[in-house]
Amino acid sequence: MTVAAAMLAKRPGATNEAFMLGRLALVPDLSGALWLPEERTLVVADLHLEKGSAYAARGVMLPPYDSTATLVALGHAIRRHQPARVIALGDSFHDRDAENRLAPETRATLSLMQQGRDWLWITGNHDPAISRAMGGESAAEIVLAGVALRHEPAASESEYEIAGHLHPAAKVRMRGRAIRRRCFAMSARRCVMPAMGAYAGGLNLRDAAFRPLFREGLSAHLLGDGRLFRIDPRLLLPD
Amino acid sequence: MAAPSPLPPAFEAWFSGRGWSVRPHQLALLEEARAGRSTLLVAPTGAGKTLAGFLPSLVELAEREGRHDGLHTLYISPLKALAVDIARNLEAPVHEMALPITIETRTGDTSAAKRTRQIQRPPDILLTTPEQLALLVSHRDAAPFFSNLRRIVLDELHALVTSKRGDLLALDLARLKALAPQVSAVGLSATVREPADLQRYLGGAGTPAGLVTVAGGAKPRIGILDTERNLPIAGHTTLHAMAEVYQAIRTHKLTLVFVNTRMQAEFAFQALWNLNDDNLPIALHHGSLDAQQRRKVEAAMADGRLKAVVCTATLDLGIDWGDVDLVVNLGAPKGASRLIQRIGRSNHRMDEPSEALLVPSNRFELLECRAALEAVHEAAQDTPPPRIGALDVLAQHVLGVACSDGFEADALYEEVRTASPYADLTREDFDAVVNFVATGGYALKSYERFAKLRQDKAGLWRASNARVIQQYRMNVGTIVEATMLKVRLGRARAGRPGQPGMITRGGRVLGEIEEYFAETMVAGDTFVFAGEVLRFEGIVENEAVCSRASPGTDPKIPSYDGGKFPLSTFLAARVRAILASPSLWHTLPEEVSAWLHAQKRISRLPQPGELLVETFPRGGRFYLAAYPFEGRLAHQTLGMLLTRRLERARMRPLGFVCNDYGMACWTLGDMTAAIARGALDLDELFSQDMLGDDLEDWMAESALMKRTFRSCAIIGGLIERRFPGQEKSGRQVTISTDLVYDVLRRHEPDHILLKAARADAATGLLDIRRLGEMLTRISGRIVHQPLDHVSPLGVSVMLEIGREAVYGEAADEILAEAEAMLTEEAMA
Repeated sequence: MTVAAAMLAKRPGATNEAFMLGRLALVPDLSGALWLPEERTLVVADLHLEKGSAYAARGVMLPPYDSTATLVALGHAIRRHQPARVIALGDSFHDRDAENRLAPETRATLSLMQQGRDWLWITGNHDPAISRAMGGESAAEIVLAGVALRHEPAASESEYEIAGHLHPAAKVRMRGRAIRRRCFAMSARRCVMPAMGAYAGGLNLRDAAFRPLFREGLSAHLLGDGRLFRIDPRLLLPD
Repeated sequence: MAAPSPLPPAFEAWFSGRGWSVRPHQLALLEEARAGRSTLLVAPTGAGKTLAGFLPSLVELAEREGRHDGLHTLYISPLKALAVDIARNLEAPVHEMALPITIETRTGDTSAAKRTRQIQRPPDILLTTPEQLALLVSHRDAAPFFSNLRRIVLDELHALVTSKRGDLLALDLARLKALAPQVSAVGLSATVREPADLQRYLGGAGTPAGLVTVAGGAKPRIGILDTERNLPIAGHTTLHAMAEVYQAIRTHKLTLVFVNTRMQAEFAFQALWNLNDDNLPIALHHGSLDAQQRRKVEAAMADGRLKAVVCTATLDLGIDWGDVDLVVNLGAPKGASRLIQRIGRSNHRMDEPSEALLVPSNRFELLECRAALEAVHEAAQDTPPPRIGALDVLAQHVLGVACSDGFEADALYEEVRTASPYADLTREDFDAVVNFVATGGYALKSYERFAKLRQDKAGLWRASNARVIQQYRMNVGTIVEATMLKVRLGRARAGRPGQPGMITRGGRVLGEIEEYFAETMVAGDTFVFAGEVLRFEGIVENEAVCSRASPGTDPKIPSYDGGKFPLSTFLAARVRAILASPSLWHTLPEEVSAWLHAQKRISRLPQPGELLVETFPRGGRFYLAAYPFEGRLAHQTLGMLLTRRLERARMRPLGFVCNDYGMACWTLGDMTAAIARGALDLDELFSQDMLGDDLEDWMAESALMKRTFRSCAIIGGLIERRFPGQEKSGRQVTISTDLVYDVLRRHEPDHILLKAARADAATGLLDIRRLGEMLTRISGRIVHQPLDHVSPLGVSVMLEIGREAVYGEAADEILAEAEAMLTEEAMA
């Protein structure tokens, strides 16, 4: 049983079960990853590895631990689910030079994670080409059980898709306190995943960029500390 | 033979032409300056402090042969407006004596062309602010520019030294003394408790400045308003007293009505206008108003066109805007020194008494006003202890020095330690700061190739490139403002269900409010701003769109920022003493002494040195009320930590509130019963170790701690300031300091920037130092009083509920509550 599912079993009233996107079952993970049990596949989006060093190159010396922190989170998700395949949904590297800035130890951690399983890099706008040196395969998109997995949502009304790119986050206010968390944005056709990168940040679900994607409805699943929370979109606040 | 006059003939003539004679302290400063000694002048308002500060410079410049080569005197004021005002006042004697002296100001408003010219051909006297000084000191021509500097005049020094600005100024002073070893400084200050602290600050850690004191002028006449109507048991509006305040305004020439927060200012202004049958010219002045509007009010004051101004701390400092003859302080003054400063706004002549009226807004505040009044009569001060220099400010300074001439690490370390806030700086911390500036200072050395500072062949640390210098100049200063939203008039049109309506803008901008305040409102909430009742419509980009509420609408003020100035420790001790001495109560208004007698009868009175804790049931819940008297910020931290502990003790806490005097929290579990059977131990609950792991755990997620970190990251130069217009452009995702905080805390918990943030938290928003002192003091001296119902003191704390309820910060509980609001529609 996954951690999220175990959490659900203990908490009646929780709303997160497996979701169906067409024929494909999805289980959102507290780390921001998506577990596809039938495919034994773990999907992660927007790792933005080496974003810290990209800032450092411009004179903003952010702590150089973001790639490590991101891979630690990914490693936990991999250990929980033991996937046969990992799909990174684009913007895995913050810029074209990020591969070269990866510390050797970080590169080694990544290799270790890739061992014994398939690894697919979907390309994104930050990393339109990924070198062989990063291991695994790369592609612009892949279709699993009739669902397209790609970086940028295509906003089509006629197909099912899982995408990243937008870094959805949601803000809710209760008892005078506002809480902003990364979230999964879902509809019957589409799942936009939260960014997993430690410095990736989030774009508010109320932003206009989400509007064309969720005309037929939206459910927001916020990443809490101990479980996921499904919040009525009408309670969501702009930043 | 008579001793020769210490003043040149032109000055003698000028003084006597006015029927004045030079005052002893003015001569004393002249003598000190001639001997090249730095001096602190402590004098009450109206003693001619400014002239005393400048007299030595004017005499020296008048007596010189030919022109002085370069800048002679540098004047620093905490406010831009004050610098401009002083320049104007200084022009008068210079003009009247026809002295060949040039005087200029340099502020954010000075044009680029004039700035360049000032560097090339400096005036004799330059008046500026600490931030502009930092920019000058980091200029590549700083060394030649300051090489001939003779005098530094620091105005309102007591106000400058209490913040990070004071740290930055101390570092720049140390730099100036290194660039111009012949320079001497004079500090002008209101009365302070420990002049020795300021003397050290001014002269340097090992070489304190001399002291000249002017005995206080006439004692102020201060009254506490005894209202017709009973003093409320809680609340902060002083609405009960407005009619009497209005009468006082009528019978005086110009009244300044001081309040502690902008919201109170808005409220009082509106209340006064509701009573204003005589149509008296009463104006409003606070920091969120549009700058142009503030300038108008200031000009009207100076011209004598106003009868009263309702204002916040923006008018605390020494600008003379008019002939004020009454100062009214609404609400409690929170500190004796602040009160003395405000009273000094009235009647700027030293030999005539100032007149002031204190208007408490509730019964606790009456006790506080009493305590403040006694303190003022004893001229007792509660100025805070001297600061320990902040490491993020040091980082900014190190970068600044690297941007000018570069530095040799050993020499800069010695120089920095001559600044009194940094006297005890360790070499280890200094080196960590230099590394932080150069490459981020991380244990993982991966940014060497991006270094902002590099050592040249001679071993000097210098900025690596022009972009680093540009970054420094854009980010200088220690004031990190809360994110502000413009308040613009507009309208909302209803949208379809589930969709936000359209909000149209286009009206004029009324001013600014803090983002976090706007976030606490929902569409339709009404609040007072710029003297009107506004209806909040929504936030669009970086603007809070509001419409005018229909006439007669009662404003709902959902946020009260009473914590801006927490009650000073000094006043708190005096309030506690009044509470513990029933023999003094007959001098209090009847309702207040009846309230205290009822407390004595029903519960007990908190004695000095002990902590009274009451527990009682109410409305199906169980309450705990405690009265530490340590100010709202410390109580807030206490409340956060107590609720965590009560959670662990399975008391199921639901929330807490606090004010300056006490805090109350409530639980589903019966605390009285749990204490009785030994399942809950108050000594353990309040034990000092809550400042250990509990605090660490809480800081990991505390929004206040993240805010503190953000401000250190900006001041220290880790991330860049965002400027208006730069932010929220489209869907640009900016780097959030919260993410940086999380990563840094996990991977390098001893990093120098986290150390700086923790030091801030100890005294700033979390007030941990004060909480720690309280916990030590009351250890083993907790008195538990179980009650059947709330006590009279308890009521005044409990009435804060709904006004400013503060809940524990467990995010999941709040999210769960939001989730429970999921409606069937949304599930479908």
